Amino acid sequence: MTGEKAMDTIKKDEKMIELDAYMQSLKGKDRPESQLIAILHKAQSFYGYLSKEVMNHIAETMDIPTAHIWGVATFYHYFNLVKPGKFVVSVCLGTACYVKGAGEVLQTLKDELKIGVGETTKDGLFTLQEARCLGACGLAPVMMIDDKIYGDLTPRRVTEVIRNYRKAADKK
Amino acid sequence: MIKIYIDDKPYSVEPNQTIMQAADSLGFRIPRLCYHPKLSIEGACRVCIVEVEGMKNYVASCSFPVHDGIKVRTNTEELRRARRDIVELILDNHPQDCHTCERDSNCELQRLANSMGLRHRHFEGERKHFHKDISSDAVIHDPDKCILCGRCVRVCSEIQNVHNLGYAFRGFKTVVMPAFDLPFSESVCTTCGQCINVCPTASFVEKSYTQELFVKLQDKSLVKIAQIAPSVRAAIGEAFGLPVGTNMEAETTAALRRLGFDYVFDTQFSADLTIMEEASELLERIQGKGKLPMITSCSSAWMKCLEQFYPDLLDNVSTCKSPMSMMSALTKTYFAEKMKLDPKKILNVGVMCCTAKKYEAARPELNVDDMRATDIVVTTRETAWMIKSAGIDLLHIKGEPFDEPLGFSSGAGTIFGATGGVMEAAIRTAYELYTGETMVNIEFSELRGMKGIKEASVIIDGKEIRVAVAHGLGNAWKLLDTIRSDPKRYHFIEIMGCPGGCVGGGGQPYAGINSIPLDEDNLRKRANALYKLDRDKTIRRSNENPDVQRLYREYLGRPLSPLSHKLLHTHYHAKEPRGIISAELKVR
Repeated sequence: MTGEKAMDTIKKDEKMIELDAYMQSLKGKDRPESQLIAILHKAQSFYGYLSKEVMNHIAETMDIPTAHIWGVATFYHYFNLVKPGKFVVSVCLGTACYVKGAGEVLQTLKDELKIGVGETTKDGLFTLQEARCLGACGLAPVMMIDDKIYGDLTPRRVTEVIRNYRKAADKK
Repeated sequence: MIKIYIDDKPYSVEPNQTIMQAADSLGFRIPRLCYHPKLSIEGACRVCIVEVEGMKNYVASCSFPVHDGIKVRTNTEELRRARRDIVELILDNHPQDCHTCERDSNCELQRLANSMGLRHRHFEGERKHFHKDISSDAVIHDPDKCILCGRCVRVCSEIQNVHNLGYAFRGFKTVVMPAFDLPFSESVCTTCGQCINVCPTASFVEKSYTQELFVKLQDKSLVKIAQIAPSVRAAIGEAFGLPVGTNMEAETTAALRRLGFDYVFDTQFSADLTIMEEASELLERIQGKGKLPMITSCSSAWMKCLEQFYPDLLDNVSTCKSPMSMMSALTKTYFAEKMKLDPKKILNVGVMCCTAKKYEAARPELNVDDMRATDIVVTTRETAWMIKSAGIDLLHIKGEPFDEPLGFSSGAGTIFGATGGVMEAAIRTAYELYTGETMVNIEFSELRGMKGIKEASVIIDGKEIRVAVAHGLGNAWKLLDTIRSDPKRYHFIEIMGCPGGCVGGGGQPYAGINSIPLDEDNLRKRANALYKLDRDKTIRRSNENPDVQRLYREYLGRPLSPLSHKLLHTHYHAKEPRGIISAELKVR
């Protein structure tokens, strides 16, 4: 039982219209409920994460129990259940980076941002993540902010980079 | 028929079944845990492993099909050791608090460990820790005791179709929970308690009010009133080792008096009253005043299910309160006035086969003069425990009758506890109210039994009245879907939230060593105890109950009178948005 009809709790914006169109296109298929992971991928690509409202909406549109969707969303690490920050900071903990001091880099980030791995700062600016190899071992230790790589890091350099991002965000 | 070998001996069995089913039919009982014959095959626990010749690994007998010539071994030394290790590993991640656990001596996991011969603990590893959810008025969930057999998840989705429970997260952190980790009180849980019935451990239990009740029973300033639901008397004996279906009506009444109750009334009396109101309401609706089909409202789990999932059918549901709430309303008004008691000093206790009645009792719509109508609800299980705990000998106690004036019931009130019973009782009375004639054949075999959806029709004054009965919320959903597409198909529908009706309630005694939860034979035996009580009575129609007649004469006036409406009827609200997630949480 997933309820009667879709609730109007999420904005019917372009993203939602596209997500709805995608779900409708799956409905004609055999066992449309088996497309759940694809739908969740789509939703996360639009919103950056899976909100309760979006999961509810998918539940009602696809007639899949919400508890089941929640189970799938929590099973795969790929799915974000909280809204990520404006900047996603990934620290490489691959072998090369680790040997060259990635542990210190990570600790500096934790101290500077006052959050743990997988968390987002209160101002919504930064999300801190661990990464395995980013393919930039020559620059070890490295971190990636969104899709920009920062190499040859020292604790001081890390602090500088983060403060520059803050300043840039403040100006806007 | 095919030939199979079990433990080197040949047997002839039907094809197209699993090893476990074949073995069961031959008098074996391969140990099992997550398996339940009414639920889908999970194959999660691996307790039922057997050796199949030619297979590299042991196979789960619950899911492996037999084939001609298959050679199965169920009890080799190596297999026994493997099975014992599996159970020991399950236990390793389980709190070792059996002595203080409320399912001590009644726990399937405990029994399994015992039968595996676990006498030492070899493993000591990390233990999971999750928060215990005590938010619900009825159902408590302690994930630390969960062994992830998944029976609760399956009963909630496959039998009840509520889908409140699912597995979340993965690996060591896997936990059963409602969507979004919602507290049970805010989830779509209907509080039916079937998860409690099927849980092999104490991961799901009812919220217990026994300690609070023991304290209040000592309070001399209170007038303590108990009422006993029909199905309690047909099941409570099981908690004392009596055969299923033993009627313990008089003994339970006597035991409750020993516990300290001043009056013991019978919910069957108010069941008769419910029939007077409900049958009158049905006749009004048939005459054009109100929506058809009319749907019964006695089952509290159904009530919550309706508000969450069927907001379009709210007007179809009878406004009658449940018999428990009718009784509670009357003790604090009619009875209080009659006995010159202060209603504020009355403690109403429902002795119920049901966990959802705990939820119902807390519904503010049911308050009477700003007082809570039913103060405490205890289940059959809790009541049995209290009787034992207080040192009362239910097996040898001399039976006693109910108190007057709310203790006499007709056979119609008795059969409320079995699926189809409310319908049968209502037809007996509706027929007479409408035609003024006495119905000759008052037993409706087509409305009895464990079939998921039952149909019948009666001719009342030349008019055909079509009725239907569903028990278990999954069956209810199927039936209600047919009336959404064909609203004129039935006039009257009975819905009970639990499989078998109240006899299969979420508060009934746990399955014992020789039975399994949800077992239809047991449900039938409990129901038959009620049908026998009905047959043995001379008054079998609610409208002939002299005490109900007196209540109308002295107090209520007539069925559906303004006072009846005030005390005996209620209303429902759609739970927005359709009960999936509460509005309050959405803001958060």
